[in-house]
Amino acid sequence: MEFVWFIFLPALAALFIPTLFRRVTGIHTGWFVLIVPVVLFVYYSTYLPLTASGDHAVSSFDWIPSLGISFVSYLDGLSLLFTLLITGIGALVVLYSIFYLDRHKEKLGNFYVYLLLFMTAMLGVVQSDNVISLYLFWELTSISSFLLIGYWYTRDGSRFGALKSMMITVGGGLMMLGGFVILGILGDTYSIRELISGLSDYSGDPLFTLAAVLLLFGAFTKSAQFPFYIWLPDAMEAPTPVSAYLHSATMVKAGLYLVARFTPIFAESSVWIWLVSGIGLLTLMWGSFFAVKQTDLKGILAFSTVSQLGLIMSLLGAGAIAYHSDDTLFRLAMFAAIFHLVNHAVFKGSLFMIAGIVDHETGTRDIRKLGGLMSVMPISFTVAFIGGLSMAGIPPFGGFLSKELFLDSMVALKQFELFNFDTWGILFPVIAWIASVFTFVYSFYFVFKTFTGEKKFDKLPLKPHEAPIGMLISPIILAISVIALFFIPNIVGKWLVAPAVMAAQPQLYSLPSEAAVHVQAWHGFEYIPMWLTVGVIAIGALLFTSIKKWQPVYGMQPEKLSLNALYDGVMTLSEKGMNKLSRFYMNGLIRTYLLYMFAFFSIMTIVVLFAKGAFKLDMSSLSPITLFAVMNAIVAILGTGMVIMSKNRISAIIALGAVGYSVALFFVLFKAPDLALTQLVIETISVALFLLAFRHLPALKTHGETKQNKLVNEIIAIGVGLSVTLVALSAHSNKLVASISQYYKDTVYTEAGGGNIVNVILVDYRGFDTLFEIAVLSIAGIAVLGMIKLRLSRKGSDDEKE
Amino acid sequence: MELLMAIVAGILFTAAIYLILSRSLIKVILGTGLLSHGAHLFILTMGGLGGSAPPVLLDGVTEYADPLPQALILTAIVISFGVTAFILVLAYRTYAVHKTDDLNSMKGNDEHD
Repeated sequence: MEFVWFIFLPALAALFIPTLFRRVTGIHTGWFVLIVPVVLFVYYSTYLPLTASGDHAVSSFDWIPSLGISFVSYLDGLSLLFTLLITGIGALVVLYSIFYLDRHKEKLGNFYVYLLLFMTAMLGVVQSDNVISLYLFWELTSISSFLLIGYWYTRDGSRFGALKSMMITVGGGLMMLGGFVILGILGDTYSIRELISGLSDYSGDPLFTLAAVLLLFGAFTKSAQFPFYIWLPDAMEAPTPVSAYLHSATMVKAGLYLVARFTPIFAESSVWIWLVSGIGLLTLMWGSFFAVKQTDLKGILAFSTVSQLGLIMSLLGAGAIAYHSDDTLFRLAMFAAIFHLVNHAVFKGSLFMIAGIVDHETGTRDIRKLGGLMSVMPISFTVAFIGGLSMAGIPPFGGFLSKELFLDSMVALKQFELFNFDTWGILFPVIAWIASVFTFVYSFYFVFKTFTGEKKFDKLPLKPHEAPIGMLISPIILAISVIALFFIPNIVGKWLVAPAVMAAQPQLYSLPSEAAVHVQAWHGFEYIPMWLTVGVIAIGALLFTSIKKWQPVYGMQPEKLSLNALYDGVMTLSEKGMNKLSRFYMNGLIRTYLLYMFAFFSIMTIVVLFAKGAFKLDMSSLSPITLFAVMNAIVAILGTGMVIMSKNRISAIIALGAVGYSVALFFVLFKAPDLALTQLVIETISVALFLLAFRHLPALKTHGETKQNKLVNEIIAIGVGLSVTLVALSAHSNKLVASISQYYKDTVYTEAGGGNIVNVILVDYRGFDTLFEIAVLSIAGIAVLGMIKLRLSRKGSDDEKE
Repeated sequence: MELLMAIVAGILFTAAIYLILSRSLIKVILGTGLLSHGAHLFILTMGGLGGSAPPVLLDGVTEYADPLPQALILTAIVISFGVTAFILVLAYRTYAVHKTDDLNSMKGNDEHD
């Protein structure tokens, strides 16, 4: 069994969801959906022993072999870790959503289809070894995220947030594709494994750095790094299960995954190291500082997610430094990054679920209206307390351990001697420490502003009470995991983190056990990070208690200078600009459009004819000119002139008829009796029809056309006429291949048993053409009848009148 | 002869395009009529005009006119008749509904349905 197909299992299940939702009304659709992530989680867990031993499993399916594009399920430590996060958190989120979304009021069919689609997309991103299919799944996550954010599509905010996230993440994805293509050309393969093994052949290429930067655009937009993070707070319009799943635990980590996955390739680039660690640190600082400004519970969590993603990003950047130094000091960072990624997924998932519960049970997420909920919602408070303290980096919760590892790695950066780190490196621990203080403040702000303090229940839209137990199961499981991570970090490290670290730094380790870091809570009094943590708690507590005094600082930032204003400005400007441009060349006049077409046609034809040397006039093959033909040509030209010049309808029609009859005479002269007969009959009917119809039309008018318009018309008309003449002559003089006519002449009697070659071609060789010709005539006839008989009423319904 | 016919076809096209680009609906229809005549002569000229006998099998005749362009044109004549009839009625309805044959006043875009 090729396990690459398991990626598509959720998408396959999605096919049945709409039917289940409509037919099985007694059971919440979520229960059926829940089966999928649970089954996948159990299935993928069986690969744990394999990856823990440093091995990997591959299953692939050729999609477009001629272009080297295939679906590959490549399971090593890194992809398996993400796979388990996607399916594990996915299962908990689906369970939570069953109680969060009412099955009578919500369009669950849509919701779960999008969610399952996302699951497939995300599994594809983390398991693909082929960069092109990785890109495909990557954009599919953006699209499913767009659909999920816009799930309540009647709300303006949802539509705005959905569009914003799509514009930014898909734009970044496109740049990433550019990076992939450059890598594919440099390394002559689309397989990531082959790119890594063939690295030395192309890493010196000047395009290598460009590929790194383009790839980072994709990673930074997806993982909401500064300055692209602005889509994430607006994405909070999505239903809370979606925020917990996509916008904190999985999709936004796709950028981190990408950076980790490509670290073995780009680690030697100093641009990569500086961008990843620098932007990561800036995002960490920015996000944690502005989280305290937010008044929406989910807004705080959104900025906190931005900040935490920045933290992991900076660690990944520091992890690449391990390639440049033999000192094991720098090997800590990658381990810290992966370990914190796990911690963050767990505690942030629980916090989002609590925010959803508070919203669900009180009717608001505005922190200014909330307070004192601890007495009515004790379980929710406990979960929030555990998650919040883990986020703040306080023992005995998992976040404390990874936070210390983080501080340790940042302090170590000072020791690095390349790329100016010995001078600028001091900034890393300083900024990391300040950001940690703010992380402490917003964690406490979130937990204690909501659950303790003054009770203001009368101002809440709903009377608050504890959530139903079903809704609490998922956050409780996550909260227990948060505590478990503190007590068994080394088991998690051995099975999940170390194999992932090895996958991200394959050149450094040959076994996962070499990558494992022994995590412990207590290192003794000489351990600098411990003192940093004490400082964070002390200053943080001080800032939190005095929050009312300094929070007004945030009011000082003018709205117009924000990144959001920049985004809005660019969007309106490009929309208006595009509109203006379209209106300029698409003015609604049929003449304008025809002008474009005719001008393009004649210019293209004439230019190509001469540029390619295709024009040729073979005087020797011309047939002799006869007197009759010349006379007839004069008649045709005079008739044509009359059609243009005539001032009344009747003379124009008669002149047109004269041209038609002269064409019939041409057919006689050129030995085409069938054509001549047909032309004569048709021309007669046409003239009659013209006379009949023109009786109902107004007299010929010029409608005051300007001289300038007429001149343009003349030039274009002459251009088209000239190109027609040139093409006719060239086609006659350049016989590149033998005509099929000879075949008809030879076989018309033996094969088709006829003597009149033209007739036989029409009814026999090209019988279908004639059939379709009849069909066209019938359609024209029906249309003519319809236009004369049918009248459309104002409402648009057909309404026949005589 | 081909030179002459190519020029005649070119003149027919020139006149047709000139009429089609004008603002009057009637002139546009006249233009499409000329356009089909031009196209027929164009196809005929491309194939060559030197045949000494109609493409009908007769004992003793070996040099026929090229039957292929003729077959194409025969189809084209009928189709262009269908199109002409359709356009004429379309013009008639347009004038009946909008009371004008000025194409500039018939322009439309997304803003008004």
